[in-house]
Amino acid sequence: MTDTTTNSIELRLPSRLGYEKVAMGTAASVAKLMGFAAERVEDLKTAVAEACINAMEHGNKLDESLTVGVILSMDSTALEVKVLDAGAGPQSGVHRPDIDKKMHGEEASRGMGMFLIQSLVDKAEWVSSPPSGSYVRLVILVDKVKD
Amino acid sequence: MEETGTRVKMEEVNCSGGTVTVLRFSGDITSASETAILGTYHGLSPDTAKRILLDFSKVEYINSSGIALIIQLMYAAGRNNQAIQTFGLTPHFQKVFTMVGITKYTRLHPDEATACAAFAA
Repeated sequence: MTDTTTNSIELRLPSRLGYEKVAMGTAASVAKLMGFAAERVEDLKTAVAEACINAMEHGNKLDESLTVGVILSMDSTALEVKVLDAGAGPQSGVHRPDIDKKMHGEEASRGMGMFLIQSLVDKAEWVSSPPSGSYVRLVILVDKVKD
Repeated sequence: MEETGTRVKMEEVNCSGGTVTVLRFSGDITSASETAILGTYHGLSPDTAKRILLDFSKVEYINSSGIALIIQLMYAAGRNNQAIQTFGLTPHFQKVFTMVGITKYTRLHPDEATACAAFAA
């Protein structure tokens, strides 16, 4: 995706849990306008919500003086969502949850957000750009649009 | 913006030849739901509530922190030898629950009658 100047929407959210639903609703509206199937819209909603929650909790440490930026860019091939925070980015890669360990108390029950994000969109990448912050970039492709 | 609070209604119903405890969730299930979900679960007697149905049919939003609470509930239920069946999840959240592996520990049923019948299976 190269042209983000004419087809983009930007949001700034407080680092307060619950406000991820604003980004989720906006992303869903844009995806519907682009013609994505309902199933893909639901995937995007969860991925965007999880990205915003990670940004609020881990990036901005729930510091309400810091905002989470959300930039939605659309073109004929894809919808891209960038979620930006003031943190250093994830300290480890995507971890596939081990449900057996979780069910036996050997692994924290939380920590599934990055896995869900990566599983639900066509492309997900986490970019650290200190000292300004970091972002996660999500892409869902138009060629997966279904009737 | 306030999160839509979690509500949990506990009922006891007769099905599959016995009593089943139903936890009917509504609203959002997030990190703010711990008291509602785990508090309600821990209020059940493990000696009498041996079969538990989880009803998600009125849940509007579940995030990964909310899923973690459900895992904690299932972990506790497993330790207490309680059987759990689940119904009412949207197709999207059925997919998400399957992705994270919860379906190894509970079956996801389309409706209450099917979920009830599964206790007899």
